[in-house]
Amino acid sequence: MNAPANPSKLIKGATGDWEIVVGMEIHAQVSSHSKLFSGASTDFGGDPNSHVSLVDAAMPGMLPVINEECVKQAVRTGIGLKAQINHRSTFDRKNYFYPDLPQGYQISQFKSPIVGEGVVIVDVTPTEQITVGIERLHLEQDAGKSLHDQSPTDSFVDLNRSGVALMEIVSKPDIRSAEEARAYVTKLRTILRYLGTCDGNMEQGSLRADVNVSVRRPGEGLGTRCEIKNVNSIRFIGQAVDVEARRQIAILEDGGSIDQETRLFDPARGETRSMRSKEEAHDYRYFPDPDLLPLEFDEAFVEELARGLPELPDEKKARFMRDYGIASYDAGVLVAERASADFYEAVATGRDAKMAANWVINELFGRLNKEGFDIAASPVSAAQLGAIVDLISEGVISGKIAKDLFEIVWTEGGDPRALVETRGMKQVTDTGAIEAAVDAIIAANPDKVAQAQAKPTMLGWFVGQVMKQTGGKANPQSVNDVLKSKLGI
Amino acid sequence: MTDVTRLTLAEARDALAARKLSAVELTQAHLDAMAKARGLNAYVVETPDQALAMAAASDARIASGAAGPLEGLPLGVKDLYATKGVHTQACSHILDGFKPDYESTVTSHLWRDGAVMLGKLNMDEFAMGSSNETSYYGPVASPWLPAGRDAASAREALAGDKKGLLTPGGSSGGSASAVAAHLCLGATASDTGGSIRQPAAFTGTVGIKPTYGRCSRWGMVAFASSLDQAGPIARTVRDCAIMLRSMAGHDAKDATCIDAPVPDYEASIGASIKGKKIGVPREYRIEGMPAEIEKLWADGVAYLKAAGAEIVDISLPHTRTALPAYYIVAPAEASSNLARYDGVRYGLRVPGKDISSMYENTRRAGFGPEVRRRIMIGAYVLSAGYYDAYYVRAQKIRTLIRQDFEKVYAQGVDAILTPATPSAAFGIGEKGSADPVEMYLNDVFTVTVNMAGLPGIAVPAGLSGDGLPLGLQLIGRPFDEETLFSMASVIEDSAGRMALPQPWW
Repeated sequence: MNAPANPSKLIKGATGDWEIVVGMEIHAQVSSHSKLFSGASTDFGGDPNSHVSLVDAAMPGMLPVINEECVKQAVRTGIGLKAQINHRSTFDRKNYFYPDLPQGYQISQFKSPIVGEGVVIVDVTPTEQITVGIERLHLEQDAGKSLHDQSPTDSFVDLNRSGVALMEIVSKPDIRSAEEARAYVTKLRTILRYLGTCDGNMEQGSLRADVNVSVRRPGEGLGTRCEIKNVNSIRFIGQAVDVEARRQIAILEDGGSIDQETRLFDPARGETRSMRSKEEAHDYRYFPDPDLLPLEFDEAFVEELARGLPELPDEKKARFMRDYGIASYDAGVLVAERASADFYEAVATGRDAKMAANWVINELFGRLNKEGFDIAASPVSAAQLGAIVDLISEGVISGKIAKDLFEIVWTEGGDPRALVETRGMKQVTDTGAIEAAVDAIIAANPDKVAQAQAKPTMLGWFVGQVMKQTGGKANPQSVNDVLKSKLGI
Repeated sequence: MTDVTRLTLAEARDALAARKLSAVELTQAHLDAMAKARGLNAYVVETPDQALAMAAASDARIASGAAGPLEGLPLGVKDLYATKGVHTQACSHILDGFKPDYESTVTSHLWRDGAVMLGKLNMDEFAMGSSNETSYYGPVASPWLPAGRDAASAREALAGDKKGLLTPGGSSGGSASAVAAHLCLGATASDTGGSIRQPAAFTGTVGIKPTYGRCSRWGMVAFASSLDQAGPIARTVRDCAIMLRSMAGHDAKDATCIDAPVPDYEASIGASIKGKKIGVPREYRIEGMPAEIEKLWADGVAYLKAAGAEIVDISLPHTRTALPAYYIVAPAEASSNLARYDGVRYGLRVPGKDISSMYENTRRAGFGPEVRRRIMIGAYVLSAGYYDAYYVRAQKIRTLIRQDFEKVYAQGVDAILTPATPSAAFGIGEKGSADPVEMYLNDVFTVTVNMAGLPGIAVPAGLSGDGLPLGLQLIGRPFDEETLFSMASVIEDSAGRMALPQPWW
């Protein structure tokens, strides 16, 4: 934590440099059919109070019974975070009154969580990788939802979410910038989605972040932090870190001090606001839940779950680098989603894997991002893109023509090989045709010929002219060769 | 048969099986007795229509040879058991009008086995009390009269504030009073610190708190989850054994309920206790113990010795700390368990200007003073800065108490004999009004058993100088209720069956 500050991450204040320190608590909804301690459905979007059992509504005499699938999901996640799995953990009650909390307490794991320390490896930029420590992961119940907009005089409560299982994943304060914060959450979401333990859907609230932000002078101890509650998009997480850090720096540079408090990020106004009035001096009176026995399992249970896991992003990335010879950052981009990785593998298999990576990342992902499409909705299939790569490798089309072909396949569809035929996009490798074009250009530009002979880099101008005349279909290598021999350079 | 309510549960069962009696007749006789005994205030709700319908169904099953083990036997149910469609309030104002659409596991076991529900029994509010005086529905009178009290003046008191009459103990005061007054053949009760055993002892009835985990807590209004346990109160040891067999058993809906077969407890009645080792703990000989309690205890030792048991002196050194530790653990859990009564979803709601004042108004109006006191104690001992000093220390004491028992059991002791209560029943309004601890001291012999999760039975063993019943307690090894039934039946046989009061009410 007290590693030397990275100068490129520092923020310039009026009185010198500042370092941002961020730790995060991510609430990830466990993918499971039923709730943490009841059999009610966890489906999103049901009519209010349509997924509520007697336990979720805290009727008198009701008792919680742990849902084994939620436990398995937490253990799987722990494995995905390369974390310590605790064979014995306990549930505690966090007591407070609120209408969307029917029991009057949330069942959580305060003292002994199911998962202990782990790590997440995060690619921040093509050249920078960081490791974010995981402090713990614990299981807890979600609350219901208060509805304040249904009546002028009353509030209503929807208990559909009441009792849904959440994993709270607590990071160490290892994050040093808004960019790192975004990259961390993105990576964590990737891991959860690979594992199938959380759908990572931030719009539906399946993934929410409490962001702890503090600032300090490089080399100093940790500053006083503020917790920004319930930030629900990756973009907002980055914005919240930036505006909160700047707010704190401004206060400190004015000679003030930071109050440790809970704040809310307002994306519309681009600021954080204190929530203190609502949260005044809560004493949660944690104590072990006497309705639940300690949660215990053996190593065989963990091993069985580990065996059932898919290849995880870090392993997949390492394999892509090793087997396909692609760069670390590119491999990271490709494995960010399982569907993208699968798409890439379909294109790369049996082909020039590096060229395949370029086409998938630069052309396909670039276009998908621009259009706001998901990989699953890509108009160009892996087979089509593979055919385009084949056509380039075979020298049938040039890279430039391939981009035009990609555009046609994107908008009109069709078999790339057939399109090349029917639309006359084939590369001209016929030296006769190239020679004719070259001769014509040399004849028309004697001054340029002299220049090129004096300065061989002028060759590029001739190449451009030839390509222009041949509609870009001339094979660039042949053009080069012919030009060199005719110009005698 | 003249008065079928005088039968024991076992006798009634046999009479029904022999077709000497119908379930409807038996049920009607109890309903009639209940109607005449309303002054005792043992029942808060009577369910005659349901009772007679259940009884008729029982008669049909008996006729078709499909009778269950409790077929046609009318029982009372403590108000903290959820009974489908029927008043379930744990005798609290805050659950006003609450009728669950679910049935507790324990009562559903009883109905599965053919029993008939007569109504819901009075109790201390949320089972917090030792005299049944904290009930929102008013105190229960014991059918036992104080020495020298004549029936006429007693009836007068019954119609008034009941001062001068005796409490049946608590919290299962309605259960104990109804059983002693022959208003049911047996009753469900529950025990968190002595709430089955103390009222049984006060009323000359038998009550067993089984091992923690033996009965499901699902559908029982929770007081202190780590201590609460269901159990029966009945007029004989055999009747308790019959009822417990039905009440007990695994339930996947309660994580603390054990998955182990339920023995035929009735088979333990009359089984030899020859060679069994019975411990007499010296720490239970408390200062100022009345001579009659001393004598009772000595009589119990003599009965068991005569039946061939070996009596050994034992030490349970942490006994003294059990009561204060109990009054930390139980309120702590209660303060959290009772948080759900907030006026939002069911029961009483007293409106307020905002959500906080609605909570405050509802809970102030809905909870009685004893419940409020325990919630405050509980919130205090769990609060930041006090948690370690109170709650954590109390849990450590709890471990030491459990170890005390484990040590003596490891030395070969099969059961432990103690008095059930430090005195005979006291009068209504007599105790605890100025100092609640005076009332809490009633549980001094019983709370250790809950703290250790062990089974304990209270069995009548004699009368006080004032002619009031006194009970002995037997504490067993975990899940060894059978030994308790065997030993308790020895005491019952030796002391002679308790002659219960004739109706004066």
